[in-house]
Amino acid sequence: MIHALDPTQQALLARAIAAQRSDHDSDHDHGATFSRRDFLRSSGAAGLVLGFACLPACRALTGSAVNSPAPPVPAPFRPNAFVRVAPDSIVTIVCKHLEMGQGNTTGLATLVADELDADWSLVRTEYAPSDPKVYNNVFYGEMQITGGSTSIANSFMQMRLAGATARAMLVAAAANAWQVPAAEINTANSVLTHASGKRATYGEMAAAAGRLPVPKDVALKQPQRFTLIGKQKATPRVDSLSKCNGSAIYTIDVKLPGLLTAVAAFPPSFGARVISFDPAEAIRVPGVTDVVRVPEGVAVVGTGTWAVLKGRRALKVSWDESTSASLNSDAVLAQYRAQTQQPGAPFARPAENMPAPAPLAKTIEALYEFPFLAHAAMEPMNCVAWLHDGLLETWSGHQFTSLDHTLAARAANLPMDKVRLHTLMSGGSFGRRANFVSDYTVAAVNVAVAIKGRAPVRLQFMREDDTGAGMYRPMYVHAIKAGLDASGKLAGWQHTIVGQSIFAGTVLGSYTIKDGVDAMSVEGVFPSQYEIPQMRGDLHSPTLPVPPLWWRSVGNSHSAFVMETMMDELAAAAGKDPVAFRLALFAKGEKGERVAGVLKLVAEKGGWGAPLRSGVAQGIAVHECFGTFVAQLAEVSMPDGKVKVHRVVCAVDCGVPVNPDVIRAQMEGGVGFALSALYYGEIEIKAGRAVQRNFDRYKALRINEMPNVEVHIVASNHPPTGVGEPGVPPLAPAVANALARLGIPRVRRLPLARAGLVES
Amino acid sequence: MSITLNVNATSREFYGDPDTPLLWVIREQLGLTGTKYGCGIAQCGACTVHVDGVPLRSCSAPVAAMTGRAITTIEGLASRVAKAVQKAWVDLDVVQCGYCQSGQIMSAVALLEKMPQASDEDIDHALAGNICRCATYQRIRAAIHVASERLASKEGA
Repeated sequence: MIHALDPTQQALLARAIAAQRSDHDSDHDHGATFSRRDFLRSSGAAGLVLGFACLPACRALTGSAVNSPAPPVPAPFRPNAFVRVAPDSIVTIVCKHLEMGQGNTTGLATLVADELDADWSLVRTEYAPSDPKVYNNVFYGEMQITGGSTSIANSFMQMRLAGATARAMLVAAAANAWQVPAAEINTANSVLTHASGKRATYGEMAAAAGRLPVPKDVALKQPQRFTLIGKQKATPRVDSLSKCNGSAIYTIDVKLPGLLTAVAAFPPSFGARVISFDPAEAIRVPGVTDVVRVPEGVAVVGTGTWAVLKGRRALKVSWDESTSASLNSDAVLAQYRAQTQQPGAPFARPAENMPAPAPLAKTIEALYEFPFLAHAAMEPMNCVAWLHDGLLETWSGHQFTSLDHTLAARAANLPMDKVRLHTLMSGGSFGRRANFVSDYTVAAVNVAVAIKGRAPVRLQFMREDDTGAGMYRPMYVHAIKAGLDASGKLAGWQHTIVGQSIFAGTVLGSYTIKDGVDAMSVEGVFPSQYEIPQMRGDLHSPTLPVPPLWWRSVGNSHSAFVMETMMDELAAAAGKDPVAFRLALFAKGEKGERVAGVLKLVAEKGGWGAPLRSGVAQGIAVHECFGTFVAQLAEVSMPDGKVKVHRVVCAVDCGVPVNPDVIRAQMEGGVGFALSALYYGEIEIKAGRAVQRNFDRYKALRINEMPNVEVHIVASNHPPTGVGEPGVPPLAPAVANALARLGIPRVRRLPLARAGLVES
Repeated sequence: MSITLNVNATSREFYGDPDTPLLWVIREQLGLTGTKYGCGIAQCGACTVHVDGVPLRSCSAPVAAMTGRAITTIEGLASRVAKAVQKAWVDLDVVQCGYCQSGQIMSAVALLEKMPQASDEDIDHALAGNICRCATYQRIRAAIHVASERLASKEGA
């Protein structure tokens, strides 16, 4: 995902999403969901304040929403759309973002609870309904979406204000009740106290607070008064217990009366279409209730997973596979390589007033090749859909909530306000659950429509369906020629990138793509954290029948490898230390200082340059993305000729660290996720079909391969930025740089399994 | 066909295809959804349960083979070791997405039941069949050590 949009881009986006709706729906009340006027009010920074000012109206809106839980009796104090305080002092925080493991549920709750002075043990969370006017991602305008490592960043002020407002109203209620000035009342651990000895729990004061007007201009805490934000051990994860005793409910676990299960015969190759199918044998399988044609293929519906799997095996489908019959990833790679020799869309050119380039004393040329990567989240894609009483309800790990809502309504031929999304925590995503066609949501709705709403139905992708469905991190090739002048200074850089644009032809394409350049195809190269003189960059964006998608860290997943290994190669050519070489090249200003800060910190904490055991080498890399700065130092050896990463030291600057332990967890996980891809990650395509479709061939990192990760968080007063993605990009180049220092020839085609450097 | 199952110390009757993998019986007939589907080919370990105390990938075990055997799922964990493992998991905030964690915990409990002083190498062996795409492995390892230490010090009693 992109990091943030300016107001103009936000307006374009909201319009583009609205345009995805059917004509049928356009007859209905747009004001209920996508009002231009409200959208403009809530754009940009001012949206925080104005958006909040409209919250009393939102309260009515959510109060009437069917998928809000029924309020307990007596009704809780509900000062705004994000927080409720019940008479028993339980504080419920409504989370507008999808929890897919990244810990944002805990983070959003922390922001509210800190300003509210809530007792963390009394905090509960639930997921918001689909309502982009209330639960939008502030960085993206009137669109509800989780992505771009923005959950905490976009919510930081909004959630704090929600908590602070609730607190102010509880204080005001106590001040009225006790006839004392509000300023004399203290709050801590969900209790109000006054020097006179008066004391009340939040629950006791909730009803009175609910009768008061919502105040404006509520002051937020000064950071030194934070009790939860940034505090070690103060905010254990809210989802730990349920995930350790089996009670956490994911989409696959949804229980509804008469719930049916569906699997689908999906296209075996990209772009394949059903010619005909014979359901006769499938429908005879006990437990199979329906075999139905859906736009995605043919769905087999029944009373349980085993029955529908047997039914799918018995189903005969004849496919037209002509679209990609000749598609082979090796041939695509050869074509990409050839394209690097052609001029493309320029993404970087030397400034007009630059002096003529100095003669290059040394040049390095390199060609980097990156494979397709599947996200392979542990929970394969799925969605429950139920058409009943003129409504559509869905249950899923909805990540691109607003688009899922829009496309579900279109598939069901219902107006938006007759569609209710229930967002559940998901078993991972890494980007997969947010996509431009809402594939798993729409497929489930299509099945529900095909069985005419007879029962709720869960459409479950099996692992092979999930891995074979495309939406991969695209293949990329980078060709670079970089040079040093006689003094060893970087003096020239030619860079050609070839790979599918993730955004071309999508609702988001109109503003990430400019003059033929998708900013997400070149991010990490341009703009760069380095000041690179005389940079010339060209981009080719070929199209393929394989749908591309963002994959944890998007363009940075390949660009950081290229940039950070090239920096080491250049440093070596210049006879300079890789850390010193980088420090001399960072762009000036705050960004350059922060990137230098994490690099220096990791060098210090990791003992950069200190003597190591024989056969062990260190490698280092640093990369900024999504506004977060991460440096990693890897210690690597090659016992038995296979790569072993012993230890990774990580330094991260993500602004104010809201939940330090969640930040550590995301850095640890980012390291493991990146190492998995570096070692094994590759989807090959032969005759239009994905070759690797399950974990037997699409291998994933296992516990015996996990290095020890040590995380150092930079203290900061900058606004918080994300941590879900930025831990990924520096790892692969850090390991590659260590391998080079062990004397292993540079590997520029990933994964390492291709070069026989890991067990496979 | 009817098969009598002993799941979490309760006798349950299953009527249906004897080839049905235990996973789907546990989840869909018995409603115990803590055990997860991840791959269907015994590669990821998300479906791990205990059969007679030994970890088993329930996605690849036909229910017919379960007659007369004691099956334990995450919902049925009750031993002192199991409680110590689950507590260590919570105390260290091991989980991220959490989807694989039932299987991870089942493998960890079986390990410590057999080897209370499990070494790093023992952990590698016992847990290598459980994939975690969030890569929570470092904390899994740490939690197993914490549980092991607490059990040894009687704190986990």
